[in-house]
Amino acid sequence: MDKRLKRILPRVQKPARYTGGEYNQILKNRDEVELRLAFCFPDTYEIGMSNLGLSILYHTMNSLDFVWCERVFAPWGDMYDEMKQAGIPLYALESGDPVSEFDSVAFSIGYEMAYTTVLDMLDMAGIPLRSEDRPNLLPLIWAGGTAGVNAEPMAPFMDLFVIGEGEEMNNELLTLLRQAKREGWSKRDFLRAAAQIGGVYVPSLYEVSYLEDGNIASVTPKDGAPEKVTKRIISNLDAVPFPTSPIVPSTEVVHDRVSLELFRGCVRGCRFCQAGHVYRPIRAKKKETLVRQGIEALKNTGYQELTLLSLSTSDYRELPALCDGLLEYCEERSIGLSLPSLRADNFSMEIMQRLQKVRKSGLTFAVEGGSQRLRDCINKNVTEEDLLHTCSIAFAGGWNNVKLYYMLGLPTETDEDILGIAEMANQVLHCWRLNAKNKNRGVKITVSTSCFIPKPHSPFQWEAQISLEEYMRRVNLLRGAITAKNVVYNWHDAQTSLIEAVLSKGDRRVADAIELVFRRGGRLDAWTDYFSFERWMQAFSDCGIDPAFYANREIPTDAVLPWDHIDVGVRKAHLLRERERAYRAELSPDCRKQCSACGAAKLLTEGRCDG
Amino acid sequence: MDKLRLRFEKTGRAVYISHLDLMATMQRAFARAGLELKYSEGFNPHPLISILLPLSVGTASRCELMDFRLREDAELSTLPERLTAVLPEGIRVLEAYESERKSALLKWLEIEGTLEYDHGAPEIGQLEAFFNQGEIVIEKKTKRGIGQADIRPAIRSIRFEPAGEDIRLHAVISAQEPTLNPDLLPSALRQLCPDLAPDFAEFTRLETYDAGMRIYR
Repeated sequence: MDKRLKRILPRVQKPARYTGGEYNQILKNRDEVELRLAFCFPDTYEIGMSNLGLSILYHTMNSLDFVWCERVFAPWGDMYDEMKQAGIPLYALESGDPVSEFDSVAFSIGYEMAYTTVLDMLDMAGIPLRSEDRPNLLPLIWAGGTAGVNAEPMAPFMDLFVIGEGEEMNNELLTLLRQAKREGWSKRDFLRAAAQIGGVYVPSLYEVSYLEDGNIASVTPKDGAPEKVTKRIISNLDAVPFPTSPIVPSTEVVHDRVSLELFRGCVRGCRFCQAGHVYRPIRAKKKETLVRQGIEALKNTGYQELTLLSLSTSDYRELPALCDGLLEYCEERSIGLSLPSLRADNFSMEIMQRLQKVRKSGLTFAVEGGSQRLRDCINKNVTEEDLLHTCSIAFAGGWNNVKLYYMLGLPTETDEDILGIAEMANQVLHCWRLNAKNKNRGVKITVSTSCFIPKPHSPFQWEAQISLEEYMRRVNLLRGAITAKNVVYNWHDAQTSLIEAVLSKGDRRVADAIELVFRRGGRLDAWTDYFSFERWMQAFSDCGIDPAFYANREIPTDAVLPWDHIDVGVRKAHLLRERERAYRAELSPDCRKQCSACGAAKLLTEGRCDG
Repeated sequence: MDKLRLRFEKTGRAVYISHLDLMATMQRAFARAGLELKYSEGFNPHPLISILLPLSVGTASRCELMDFRLREDAELSTLPERLTAVLPEGIRVLEAYESERKSALLKWLEIEGTLEYDHGAPEIGQLEAFFNQGEIVIEKKTKRGIGQADIRPAIRSIRFEPAGEDIRLHAVISAQEPTLNPDLLPSALRQLCPDLAPDFAEFTRLETYDAGMRIYR
């Protein structure tokens, strides 16, 4: 270990997150691999090591014998200061080698607020931030992850993006990079060739021009790059490698358990939801695959908890049989099985009661909208009746803690809808009074609101976000209406939501502001400890960027969107149709009842959409 | 099987695993090795494992002891290999055996350390003279704030030798009643004799002894 590092580690909080050496880490001989890849997660170790995507791709990329893929995370503030002071550059956990020595650096960017941390990590590695300032092929700097569905704000920094699921695409890219390294290709030649790999987006091969009103005039591909970059998917999830020997962190992380992914995509089509649209089509794993992978992973990690991941667990067709299969193994070993993202229906409650025999902590419902009309508008198929029915079972079964999540600022929201939130909380309280077995224990109902952020590739992508002032007016309206002693109201600050909206819907011009925020000390912006609204607003102002242009403006439907050349499968016409239905408060049936022909199924190379 | 004891090493990168995290790491390693630990009864069952002398983060050890119980009989001689194979880098199980000896009988710890000096090391004699004084009263952080303590009685023996640019320390210190954290040795120098204080120090526990300086197992 580096001598300087040895000296600072005893001084920082939780040093085990900076050392590597965990069980199941992958070590290779640095002299026997042709490509060394630094796989960077622009957040802390505890967050990154909880990320299933990172774990999957770490293993698939390392399955290439010519590649050694190592992990890199962003240090927390104390470690950051110590590293800067000691002159220690960013290093990878497995080998401890500086990232600057690697052939390639890849970022997994799951959310926009991580953008400044990406720049910070490049800088800590001593790598120039902008693609144009890196004339050589190596190190090749690229990124993937959900933020890639609108890659434009980070376009100037990345040599390329991978759009969609990386299990196959990343390995194709690395294979091409090996060839380019062996044969000494120029960066330009490599990027032109890489752009021919399905799902690879090379921003420098697209010329963007703007209209006088600020909208985009055109995005023109060159050098043979495709008109549209089509998202890559894995058609058969049962056939794709899944890490059943994931790394077991030696220090506590956020999700310290085995995670199994039930399916990708979502049948629900909530109109505000980006994930529900960009992960389509729906592809499920067979329950046999899941039981086998789950048991293997439990054996290989020694974890005492297993969790099932997906956008909506109840929509997994074989859920009861899957739970039976897993419980058979877990119960006699006291291994806990947890199911997040259940819907508020009868069936889910039965499963919940079976799983949580001891702990009855809390139930969380993402209700999103305060009235049935508004919930119909956003296509959130939860009725008050469903919710109260589920609550009555839960209260009768001994639960006494309910959380209700809402968004304020959804399209068409009225004051009446907002007051409906308070009304619903009262209904839940009333429901407790009627059904609770033991009233002495009391009840806690928590209402939380956050500010709606319109997201690319969702039916609400053209919508305007409400202003900070308007959000606070709505918060205060709701505060005044919540009077019951047992109901607690928490509202999330909307400042982050505004910045997130700008970064989500931004174009390449926003990149200058991101860089400026970083230059002025911005990093780990997803953490309230570090986020500075003033720093962002000042940077926008200094770069001549009007945040309201991106966040608070309704975009005309005929405008060229910054992300129009990224094809995630779902057609724009479908999004427009859904938006129109929203304005008529018209529900769309979920995919299982009736296929809406959203277009995502065209991405499948085998099998059919499980919607 | 009750009253089982594990002796293991914690070196290299594993020295940064905290005491609490080590408990979780051990628990998972037993599960990976297919060894079922006995759990406590009650509302919140936890495995019945206990580490005799918690080790501070950054200090290595070749003599850690952990008591545990198993739900089923196991061939103890196979445990070191089975467990080491599933432990993180730097943790190596040396021995598993039945032990009736109370942890309170563990009294002395043999340690070695490296004192690093960036601008030249002092004379060995100066260091020896400092630590052989009649008393060494230093300020120590306690639960109640800053307190004064004489650490001299907790040092049974101490010697130094040059090691390149640095100085190697070899000592026998009190493990319990009172506990002497080896980090207090350079800390004493910093407080009372800054000229002799190293820029960095690291320690390794080598062996455990009872009050009569017989090896404790």
